[in-house]
Amino acid sequence: MAKSPKEEHPQKVFGWAARDSSGSLSPFHFSRRENADGDVTIKVLYCGVCHSDLHFVKNEWGITNYPIVPGHEMVGVVTKTGKSVTKFKEGDRVGVGVIVGSCNACETCQQDLENYCPKVIFTYNSHNHDKTKTYGGYSDMIVVDHCFVLRFPDNLPPDSGAPLLCAGITVYSPMKYYGMTEPGKHLGVAGLGGLGHIAVKIGKAFGLKVTVISTSPAKEDEAIKRLGADSFVVSTDPAQVKAAMGTMDYIIDTVAAVHALAPLIGLLKLNGKLVTVGLPNKPLELPIFPLVLGRKLVGGSDIGGIKETQEMLDFCAKHNITSEIELIKMDYINTAMERLAKSDVRYRFVIDVGNSLSQ
Amino acid sequence: MYNEQEHPRKAFGWAARDSSGVLSPFSFSRRETGEKDVTFKVLYCGICHSDLHMVKNEWGFSTYPLVPGHEIVGEVTEVGSNVQKFKVGDKVGVGCIVGACRSCDSCTDHLENYCPKQILTYSAKYYDGTTTYGGYSDIMVADEHFVLRIPDNLPLDCAAPLLCAGITTYSPLRYFGLDKPGMHVGVVGLGGLGHVAVKFAKAMGVKVTVISTSPNKKEEAVKHLGADSFLVSRDQDKMQAAIGTMDGIIDTVSAQHPLLPLIGLLKSHGKLVMVGAPEKPLELPVFPLLMGRKMVAGSGIGGMKETQEMIDFAAKHNITADIEVIPIDYLNTAMERLAKADVRYRFVIDIGNTLKASS
Repeated sequence: MAKSPKEEHPQKVFGWAARDSSGSLSPFHFSRRENADGDVTIKVLYCGVCHSDLHFVKNEWGITNYPIVPGHEMVGVVTKTGKSVTKFKEGDRVGVGVIVGSCNACETCQQDLENYCPKVIFTYNSHNHDKTKTYGGYSDMIVVDHCFVLRFPDNLPPDSGAPLLCAGITVYSPMKYYGMTEPGKHLGVAGLGGLGHIAVKIGKAFGLKVTVISTSPAKEDEAIKRLGADSFVVSTDPAQVKAAMGTMDYIIDTVAAVHALAPLIGLLKLNGKLVTVGLPNKPLELPIFPLVLGRKLVGGSDIGGIKETQEMLDFCAKHNITSEIELIKMDYINTAMERLAKSDVRYRFVIDVGNSLSQ
Repeated sequence: MYNEQEHPRKAFGWAARDSSGVLSPFSFSRRETGEKDVTFKVLYCGICHSDLHMVKNEWGFSTYPLVPGHEIVGEVTEVGSNVQKFKVGDKVGVGCIVGACRSCDSCTDHLENYCPKQILTYSAKYYDGTTTYGGYSDIMVADEHFVLRIPDNLPLDCAAPLLCAGITTYSPLRYFGLDKPGMHVGVVGLGGLGHVAVKFAKAMGVKVTVISTSPNKKEEAVKHLGADSFLVSRDQDKMQAAIGTMDGIIDTVSAQHPLLPLIGLLKSHGKLVMVGAPEKPLELPVFPLLMGRKMVAGSGIGGMKETQEMIDFAAKHNITADIEVIPIDYLNTAMERLAKADVRYRFVIDIGNTLKASS
């Protein structure tokens, strides 16, 4: 008979979990494996609240395996390392993102694209190599294979740097892959939330002209004055959209809800690229004519490999890029989730796990 | 009649007068040979599915009377005083465009087909404000820049469809890098575009799988066209077995059809290129796009330089279309059969021998 989450492994762990699709989170006692030779044990200090966490606790994608401990934007400190670990030592500040394992043998893994490995192990709601469930960062500690631990740069604050572990790499990777790094080119960022606001900062750091595309006119001031965007287009205003038609080399679409692609495709120049990184729970409508007439493309991208995630962290450290956050205590999480569902956050909640997660 | 007096030179062809799409004899006129113009006697003209869409005004921008035809080949009878590239007697062709602004970035990059001021071979307005008429006619007058040379070793009748179908499938194979020996490319739809796509891809050293709804096309695809394999898209088991095996797919189908199974066939980082243009948007499932970093793109014909390159490539590899040659008075029946996809794989009108002004 399968062991309970509490008895499965030798190390006792405390966190918060959702037990059903109401998505309501509450205290949860479980366990993690002993620190093996290749592992690093980390005391979690901060964990970002990603919109994916909300999708998962409510089973919006239909793949949730309860109980679920979310959280894949963790920053913490190393408390133990296995015999074969040389990259990290006790006391190091480290990060853990969306993936904690892969097959390590396939072509995809060999190319440092562990995130696309067919056997990828996600930080939560997935299964370890030993078939036990993975639990995420809304918890006091985590044990991770050292290959999937990131070195967290000293000059990045651990709280506002935590969201980079998912939001950061999610927008950085496609910007590199789809060639959105040529200074002077024009990037549109659709959606100004957790992903979008970081895309603006990274886009500016690449020397791009950045336009935020949003349904909320109220976000314009922030976008331009605080985040450094060059301009702002309200996507539901036909006149504004028309004036911006055919002006953008690329668009990063961060919107997680179902939304219209046609106006965004219209904003692209010839050969323009729209990359979608948000995950609506239903298909979107794709008009084909404008793709054919303008040789445009719509691509997807999903986080990034570990090597690239480290590169992204180092890039953000160099350019002093962090997330705009609202730091919360663990017991605020359900309220935070409700507010997140209404996009009522500037722009990421981060749980002060180290100081507020107590049994 | 106005059409007959618009220009100094008499011309004769078949035109549709209204959106019933029925074609009938039509007397009109063409301009005198200007200093940069090439005049040629039309010998053959391919019937493109676009011609059918246009005569019935399915795209909403047809102007009547409409003389279709943009896969035109013939023999030069006169050249203007400033023409460098052609002389009387040369075998030449004209494709989908006969004009562009010649100064924008697209034109400078040899991408006249993406110029915002491109002039279509028929049902468009020429620089002098007059309507353009296509190749279902006895003579053509075109600016030298938009005339292609047909190499001697290509038979004119089965080379004609290359001028649209050929470039439409050649261009994306090159641009999206689906032309590397050893790659695996799928071709959806085995019609005018699809069968030429198979031939080009094979000549580039690519492994080709034809994906079709018609099981009875298998033998043709494999034995006659040289495809390596054949997938019936309604066969769930075979589609499942082919998941994640293709570097790219060229989708030639212009009817509404599901993208999800095609996206599934792609390997990670694979590319689905639409060259058929369904009228209404298609459903784009976002999850699989993201999870495999895949993309859906469009492509439309090609520029003049690339069209000539394509013809020369076809000549080198002896690639021509598989055609059914018809007399002009079979035209309406051909259109009806085309609407039912009842042709292997392109009708070509024998203009030289059957289009007489007295008919």
